[in-house]
Amino acid sequence: MAPHSVIGKPLPMTDAPGKVTGLGKYADDLVAPGMLFGKILHSPHAHARIRAINTSKAEALPGVKAVATGRDAPNPYGILPIGHDECVFALDRVRYIGDNVTAVAATSAEIAEEALELIEVDYDPLPAWFDPLESMKAAADWIHESKPHNIEKEYHHEFGNLEQGFANATFVREEHYYAAEVTHAAMEPHSTLAIWEPNGRLTVHSSTQVPYYLHRTVSEVCEMPMSQIRVIKPLVGGGFGGKSEVIPLEVAAAVLAKKAKRPVKITYTREEVFYAHRGRPITIVDLKVGLTREGKISAVAARVVQDGGAYCGYGPVTVLYSGALLGAIYDIPNVKYDGYRVLTNKPACGAMRGHGTVNVRFAFEAMLDALAHDARLDPVEVRRRNLLRAPCVTVNGLRVTSYGLPECIERVVERSGWAQKKGKLPYGRGVGMACSHYVSGAANPIIRSNMPHTTVHIKVDRDAAVTLYTGASEIGQGSDTIQVQIVAEVLGVRPERVKLVAADTELTPVDLGSYSSRVTFMAGNACLEAAKQMRGQIFAGVAKKFGCDAAILDARDDFIFSVDDSRLRLRFDEAAVAAIDFHGALVAKGTYAPPEDARGGKFKGAGVGPSPSYSYSAQVAEVSVDTETGRVHVHRIIAAHDCGKALNPMTVEGQIEGSVYMGLGQALQEEMVWNKGRLMNPTLLEYRIPSTLETPEIESIIVESIDPEGPFGAKEAGEGSLAATIPAIANAIYDAVGVRVNTLPITPEKILAALREKEKQQAGNDAPGTNGGSR
Amino acid sequence: MTKELIRLKVNGELREIAAPAEKLLLDVLREDLSLTGSKRGCDDSSCGCCAVLVDGVPMLSCVAIASCYQDCEIVTVEGIAPPGELDPVQEGYAVAGGAQCGYCTPGFLIATKALLDHNPNPTLEEIRLALSSNLCRCTGYMQIYESVKLAIERAQAREAAKTAPVGS
Repeated sequence: MAPHSVIGKPLPMTDAPGKVTGLGKYADDLVAPGMLFGKILHSPHAHARIRAINTSKAEALPGVKAVATGRDAPNPYGILPIGHDECVFALDRVRYIGDNVTAVAATSAEIAEEALELIEVDYDPLPAWFDPLESMKAAADWIHESKPHNIEKEYHHEFGNLEQGFANATFVREEHYYAAEVTHAAMEPHSTLAIWEPNGRLTVHSSTQVPYYLHRTVSEVCEMPMSQIRVIKPLVGGGFGGKSEVIPLEVAAAVLAKKAKRPVKITYTREEVFYAHRGRPITIVDLKVGLTREGKISAVAARVVQDGGAYCGYGPVTVLYSGALLGAIYDIPNVKYDGYRVLTNKPACGAMRGHGTVNVRFAFEAMLDALAHDARLDPVEVRRRNLLRAPCVTVNGLRVTSYGLPECIERVVERSGWAQKKGKLPYGRGVGMACSHYVSGAANPIIRSNMPHTTVHIKVDRDAAVTLYTGASEIGQGSDTIQVQIVAEVLGVRPERVKLVAADTELTPVDLGSYSSRVTFMAGNACLEAAKQMRGQIFAGVAKKFGCDAAILDARDDFIFSVDDSRLRLRFDEAAVAAIDFHGALVAKGTYAPPEDARGGKFKGAGVGPSPSYSYSAQVAEVSVDTETGRVHVHRIIAAHDCGKALNPMTVEGQIEGSVYMGLGQALQEEMVWNKGRLMNPTLLEYRIPSTLETPEIESIIVESIDPEGPFGAKEAGEGSLAATIPAIANAIYDAVGVRVNTLPITPEKILAALREKEKQQAGNDAPGTNGGSR
Repeated sequence: MTKELIRLKVNGELREIAAPAEKLLLDVLREDLSLTGSKRGCDDSSCGCCAVLVDGVPMLSCVAIASCYQDCEIVTVEGIAPPGELDPVQEGYAVAGGAQCGYCTPGFLIATKALLDHNPNPTLEEIRLALSSNLCRCTGYMQIYESVKLAIERAQAREAAKTAPVGS
């Protein structure tokens, strides 16, 4: 078979020209004639009843064109069908500082802000819950009446025989882990422009990862049929999950536009972005793992509590992912999981890169490192002894079709010089390794249905342009480019010939959105199917013209030809004309839905975790720890990622490096600091996402396991690497100075405290080496 | 609000607008001049998305009062290269993966342009330092460094082509 001509090439992103010239348009760059500026009034109370709202003074302010309150749009919504617990504006109660109370649309942003100050809200404060463990004990004043004891959801899963598993173990550890709350901090603050049209239709341009779900929600909240609403996703300046559910400003803009009968734009300030949040929750993990004398993991028991904030959001999915993927990367026969999603009076958490898997993976991989030391085994060797043998089904029913983890491990071990470094570097410097994995899309849609998860259309007309209509949402990860590459490869055309129309509900068929790393796999497979169909039509036209059998034809570099007969050769534009003359209009469609056997088991909560395929990552971090200051300096992170097949190696590497970068931030410095429901660091400067100065060299290694069901063998690349970075750094810190910090972020203060604790223990301990610390 | 006439030289063109004297340069660029390439990413002058060149020096336009820069040459991302052309810096970011979501890209382009104008062949440490006032949440910066290196190569290639003797 001839090598691919477009697939596997590091092509520049198709939308790069707009991004490097400033000509590309993001939501806040858009304007519409007569556009008003919307501003939202946020709650100053963490938990309060609203006795009354008086908007009359605001309404009287010249320039104010509409003031909306909860009464204007009382229908509740939420990303999950089981979690419709939010209203665009509070009806009678606010549940966190920053909750949405009312909004104003005015002729300028300044007037809108002035109007907010004229709105009088009479609050009756209620007791508020800020700590998830305290919140679970609440006997009254529940955040939602329908959720007793502030427990949004709890799940209890047990697979295999846990008791027997621990009985078989020689080494058993129980540890407590804590991960602070982190947020996406995409560079683009959310922005929505909603345009009311005189014919009663509404067009919503929004910085979203999920145009389809936004479309549905606007329809429900505005009580308009979906057919009268058009959602368009312009360029999106990063998502990472923060735009993967409907964010209040999106519906607020729609409600205001409908009320004012004019275009309304709302753009969040950075502070509002922090409070809109939907990031990774505070996660408390109590983990018990047993290891046999031979280094086999025999049992895992985890109790996970997540601080979900005031609304459901993706919460139940997050807590299910934590359990479903906990025991599915290695061959673990006995797993018990107890997961609790708890409500508190803080902004709602949600999906963030590596959704649900990251904090438990930190706990598990740190634990495995400790157990390896207990068993006097190399941490790499322990992982080697616990690998799955794909194809297989994990104990909790996840179907594994391809498994490049073994190669990922060997590649990073070799590249990092692990054998020469592990336990052998001078005190203060160390290496650590860890693994992670992630889904290539959720096998089950958020709203249960039998519809395809993705549909794409392809049109070829007499101009011989290939137009791909796809609902998939480019958010910077390169999904537009990947789809163009797939279509160009199959049709044998240069990628420049493929025009892409994306994420516009009026033009493009439904795609569920850019979440759970689903787009390459799912939209990619739909593109593959549609392009094959189109190729068949074009080949049939060419075969007719030449009077040959279509089966002898091939296509490449804008030519249709036969390898057997050099006289049979036609330019693509001539072929397109021949095919149109033969068939009439050239249109093709492709769809994708995960196969039945990939959709998981039948138990409660089994729907989350299953995926048509899984990515894998192994990483080695090398760090220095300054024992005077407690500061950690990361020298280098080597990350190998099994993405099945790198359709575009440049964008795959960009995804791996970006994931590692985000993991690095969470490991060492990022943290949302709360004080009674108020965020103490709602700015990029204080939240401290890493700059060039804090970011080490990241070396990415692509491993290609060629998944049997992925398009050209491809699977996920954008999230799976994040989770391994955190424990790799934590384990490297242990190798460097012999302390384990089980709480994130691993700040200098915590390192110093751990070092002091170690010194104290050593001083009071005549028998060295008995506390598990080797250094 | 009282407005005054503000004359700015932006991307080589004289532009006149009426705006409050304290209006920020970023808002003037985006709202009055429709130059939306410069972005607002933060509230605390930490992200660098709004950077423009003021007399060749990168500056945050979100904390600059427009009326104070009437005697300066202002260059935004839209003016880095003549219309229809790409500067080597833009080519570098477009080709080598330096722009993922692209929102921080205008600021990075401005910072890179300023660096290479002063120091056409910087070391990696010099690049790292010059870009340390700009935040990117997508790339982990590795492909940004690759982009800068490619920009340097392309600039050198253009220079070589310019100075090559005719007919060689």
